[in-house]
Amino acid sequence: MRIGTPREIVSGEARVAMTPESAIQLQKLGHECLIEAGSGKAAGFSDDAYREVGVAVVDTPDALYAVADIIAKVRPPEPVEIEWLTAEKTLISFFYPTQNKDLLEVARDKGANIIAMDMVPRISRAQKMDALSSMANIAGYRALIEAGNNFGRFFTGQITAAGKVPPAQVLVIGAGVAGLSAIGTATSLGAITYAFDVRPEVAEQIESMGAEFVFLDFADQQQDGAATGGYAAPSSPEFREKQLEKFRELAPKIDIVITTALIPGRDAPKLWLADMVAAMKPGSVIVDLAAERGGNCDLTVADHRVVSDNGVIVIGYTDFPSRMATQASTLYATNIRHMMTDLTPAKDGILVHNMEDDVIRGATVTYHGEITYPPPPSKIQAISAQKPKEKAKELSPEEKRGKEVANFNAQTKNQVALLAIGTMIMLLVGAYAPASFMSHFIVFVLACFVGFQVIWNVSHSLHTPLMSVTNAVSGIVLLGALLQIGSGNWLVVLLSALSVLIATVNIVGGFLVTRRMLAMFQKS
Amino acid sequence: MTIGIVSAAYIVAAVLFILSLGGLSGQESAKRAVWYGIAGMALAVIATVFGPGVGNWFIILSMIAGGSILGYYVASRVQMTEMPQLVAALHSFVGLAAVFIGLNAHVEAVRVAGLDETARTALTGFAAILAHKEPVELVIMKVEVFIGVFIGAVTFTGSVIAFGKLAGKVDGKARKLPGGHFLNAGAAILSLILFLMYLSGADVRILVLMTAVAFFIGYHLIMGIGGADMPVVVSMLNSYSGWAAAAIGFTLGNDLLIVTGALVGSSGAILSYIMCKAMNRSFISVILGGFGATTGPQMEIIGEQTAIEAEGVAAALNEAGTVIIVPGYGMAVAQAQAAVAELTRKLRAAGKQVRFAIHPVAGRLPGHMNVLLAEAKVPYDIVLEMDEINADFANTDVVIVIGSNDVVNPAAQEDPNSPIAGMPVLEVWKAKQVFVSKRGQGTGYSGIENPLFYKENTRMFYGDAKKSIDKLLPSLV
Repeated sequence: MRIGTPREIVSGEARVAMTPESAIQLQKLGHECLIEAGSGKAAGFSDDAYREVGVAVVDTPDALYAVADIIAKVRPPEPVEIEWLTAEKTLISFFYPTQNKDLLEVARDKGANIIAMDMVPRISRAQKMDALSSMANIAGYRALIEAGNNFGRFFTGQITAAGKVPPAQVLVIGAGVAGLSAIGTATSLGAITYAFDVRPEVAEQIESMGAEFVFLDFADQQQDGAATGGYAAPSSPEFREKQLEKFRELAPKIDIVITTALIPGRDAPKLWLADMVAAMKPGSVIVDLAAERGGNCDLTVADHRVVSDNGVIVIGYTDFPSRMATQASTLYATNIRHMMTDLTPAKDGILVHNMEDDVIRGATVTYHGEITYPPPPSKIQAISAQKPKEKAKELSPEEKRGKEVANFNAQTKNQVALLAIGTMIMLLVGAYAPASFMSHFIVFVLACFVGFQVIWNVSHSLHTPLMSVTNAVSGIVLLGALLQIGSGNWLVVLLSALSVLIATVNIVGGFLVTRRMLAMFQKS
Repeated sequence: MTIGIVSAAYIVAAVLFILSLGGLSGQESAKRAVWYGIAGMALAVIATVFGPGVGNWFIILSMIAGGSILGYYVASRVQMTEMPQLVAALHSFVGLAAVFIGLNAHVEAVRVAGLDETARTALTGFAAILAHKEPVELVIMKVEVFIGVFIGAVTFTGSVIAFGKLAGKVDGKARKLPGGHFLNAGAAILSLILFLMYLSGADVRILVLMTAVAFFIGYHLIMGIGGADMPVVVSMLNSYSGWAAAAIGFTLGNDLLIVTGALVGSSGAILSYIMCKAMNRSFISVILGGFGATTGPQMEIIGEQTAIEAEGVAAALNEAGTVIIVPGYGMAVAQAQAAVAELTRKLRAAGKQVRFAIHPVAGRLPGHMNVLLAEAKVPYDIVLEMDEINADFANTDVVIVIGSNDVVNPAAQEDPNSPIAGMPVLEVWKAKQVFVSKRGQGTGYSGIENPLFYKENTRMFYGDAKKSIDKLLPSLV
C-alpha cells in the first residue's frame, strides 16, 4: 500500500506526520511512502532527506491524494482535503469527532475510512500509538519553558555574592501527561513545584515527580479516574468552590501557574479566576494549556499573550507541540508508524482493518460508509489494574471512621466474649476451691495482666537482657527452698539446700550478666 | 521479723520486679531498672531468711555463698555469643529447683500428716502451714505440686537439650525418636493418668514416675526442634520457668512467688508470640517441629549466583552514600561482630550513613544481634528493627547481608507456594546493590533456595564472615 503525507495547510502548523526515520520503518512493513514537497521543511526535514531513504516526493497535494491509499497527517482534514478522499482510502490524523460532526458526515459520504489518532483508547497496549500523550508531553515541557522565557527570575534558588535569589514557586493544575511533564521540567530546573488534580489517585505520580500534591480536604473528592478511561470528570459545585478557595489561598505566593485541566467533550473549566490573577505578584506568568477549549484562566485569549492590569502575563498559545516541530514530528510519526504496524499484522504491505481489535475499533470513526463513532465500550478497562489498591488506600474520613467503628465493635465483642468465658471459669473454680486458694488466685491473675502490659512495652533490641533478667527474677523459687529448709526431714533439707544453691546461681548470674549487657549499649 | 513485715517486704519486692521489667522499654532506663530487680531480690531473700519459721542457717549461708560465687564466675566469663546457651542453662536451674521444691512439699505433707495433734501445733514454717490445711486445701495442693513438678521437669530437660544444641554439644538438627509425635502424645496421656492416680492415692512413687515422664517429654520435644527455631524455644522455656515458679508459689502459699512467676511466665509467652509472628508460623507448628506443608511446586529460580571479591565490595562501599548491614546467626558463629563494628566505624568516619537492620528472629535468642553489636560498641541508635527500616531499603545504595538467609528471602513475598510464604522479611533486594557474605552456596536452616542470591543486583561474597570483612577493611578509603 502507498502511504502519503501531505503538507499541513493550516497556517502555523509546523509538524509533519512522516519523518525519514519513520519512513524506513514503514517501508519495512511493506509499504511505499510518498510525501508532498516541502512538508517536512518547517520541522527540519528536507525533501532530500526523504528522497535518500526512498520516499517519493510528490509536488502537489491533489496528486498525492490521488496516488496514496493511506493518508497520514497531523491536523484534521480541511474541507478541501476531505474532498480529495475517495472510498477505500484510509485517513489517519487527529480528527476530534465530537467537535467535527460535519466533517465526519462528509467523510462518511465520501466512503473513506478514518482513523482518529485522538481516539486511540488508553490501554497499555495502545500507549505506543497514543499521540495525545506524546503531544501533551511536549506541550507540558514547552509550556514551562515558555513560562520561564516570560518570567524575569531564576527557577532555582541561589545564594550568590550578588545576593540571594528565592526559588520560583510553580503550580501545575491538572496532572495529566502535560501536567506531569511540566512538573518534571519545573522540578528539574530547581523550582518549588506544587500540583493539583481532582483525581486523588495521581497524588503518588505527582510526588514521584518531585512536586508537592496540593491536598484538598473534601469528603467526596473521590473521582473514579478509571471509569472515565483515566481522564478527569466534571466535579460537583461544592467541590469546585473548595478548590477555588484553595487556589485563592495559593495565588499570592505562586510565580508561575501552568493550567492543563480538560474534561473530555466539554469546555475547559474556569479554575484560575480574575481575582486570583489580581492577587498574583507582577511579573508572574500563567500558561494556559487549555486555551484552545476556552482556557482555564479567565484572562486567557487563545493564541495570544496578554498582560493583566497588575502585570501578570497570561499565555494562551495553542500550538505548543508545533513550536517544537522536530520533536513533535518525530514522536507523532512514531505513533503513526506503530498504528500502521498494528494495521499490517503480516508486514506484507496489506492493510487489515480489523474491527475486532479494541485499539483499531476505538480509533476508527468512519468505516465503509458508516459512522463508527462513538465506539462501543472497550473490552479492556483502561487503568483497571491499579484500582483496588488505590481504593483501599484512599478511604474517605467517613469510611475510615466507619471501619474503625466496625473494628472497634468486633474487638469489643471478642473481649466481652473472652471476659464472659473467663468469668465463667473463675466462678467454676470459685465454687469448689477454698477461700485461701482464691486469694492467691486473684494475685496470680492480676500479676499475669500486669506482666502482659509491662512486657509489650519492652524494646525489641532489649529482648536478650529481658530474658536474662526474667531468668534472674525467676530465681525467686529460692524463697520456696528457704521456707522448706528448716524441715525436720533430711531429704527435704538436702533437696532444699540444692535448690538454694542453683537458684542463687540463677539470681546472681542472671543479674550480673544483664548488667554487663546493658552497660554495653551505647548511644552514638 | 513478723509475718506482717515479711509481707510488706514482699509487696515492695513485687513492685520493684515490675519496675525492673518495665524499665526495659529503653536502653537508658534499663540500666537503672536492673538495680530495681537486684534490690527487690535482696529484699525478698533477706525478709524470708529472717522471717518466721526458717532454720538451718548455716546451710542457707553456705549455699547462698556457693551459689553467688558460681553465678558471679559464670556471668563474668560468658562470651556474648554464648548468651543463648547461658540463658538456656539458667532456665534448667529454675526447672530443677521447682522439681525439688515440689517433691519436698509432697514429702513434708506426708510427714505432717503422720504427726499427732500436739506435734502439729509445735511445727513452724512451711510445715505449720501444711498442718493447718483443710482436706480440700490439701487436694488443691496436690494439684499444685503435680503441675509445678511437671512444668519444672519439662523445663529442666528441655533447657538442658536447648543448651546442648545452642552450645553445639548436641546436633542442632531436628531429631525425633521413632514414633515422633505419638511418643509425645503417649507421654502426655500417661502423665494425665498418673495425675488422676496421684490425686486418689498420693504415693510418692507416682510423683517420681511422673517426673521421669516429664523429663522425657522435655527432652524429646526440644530434640525435635531445629536450631533456627531456638528463639521460640528459649522464650517458651523462659515462660515455663515462670509458670513453674508460680505453681510452687501456690503450693507454698507465697504471693511473691506467684507474682514473680506470673510476670516471668507472661514475659516468655509474649516473647514466643513475637518470635512466631516474625516467622509467620503458629506456635504449635514450631513446637511440633518442621515446616508446614506446601501447597504446590515452588517457583523456579532463574539466573545464577555471581561471586565478587573484596575489592569489588570495597569499591561499591566507597561510592555508596547509604549502607544497611543485615546481620544474622552467621555473624555470631564467625565471631565477626568486632570486624563489622570496625567496618561501621570506618564507613561512618567517611561520612556515610550506616544502619543495621535486625529481623526479630535473627540469631538464636530474641534480641541476640543487638547484644552482639552492643558488645562490639556499635551505637544502639543505628541498630533498627525490621518495621523501622524495611521501607528504607529502596533508597539504600548498598546492603551487606552477613550470615542471614531466610530472613532476607524474597520468596516469602513472591512465591505463594514457598514454605516460608507470608513470613515478614527484610526487603534487602530493593536496594541498589546487595552483597551477601556467606560461607558457601548452601541453603539456610529451612532448606529453601533463596532467590535473593540469584538477583541481578546481588553479589555473593563467599568466605568466613570475619575473614571476609577483615579483607575488606584495608581497601576502604
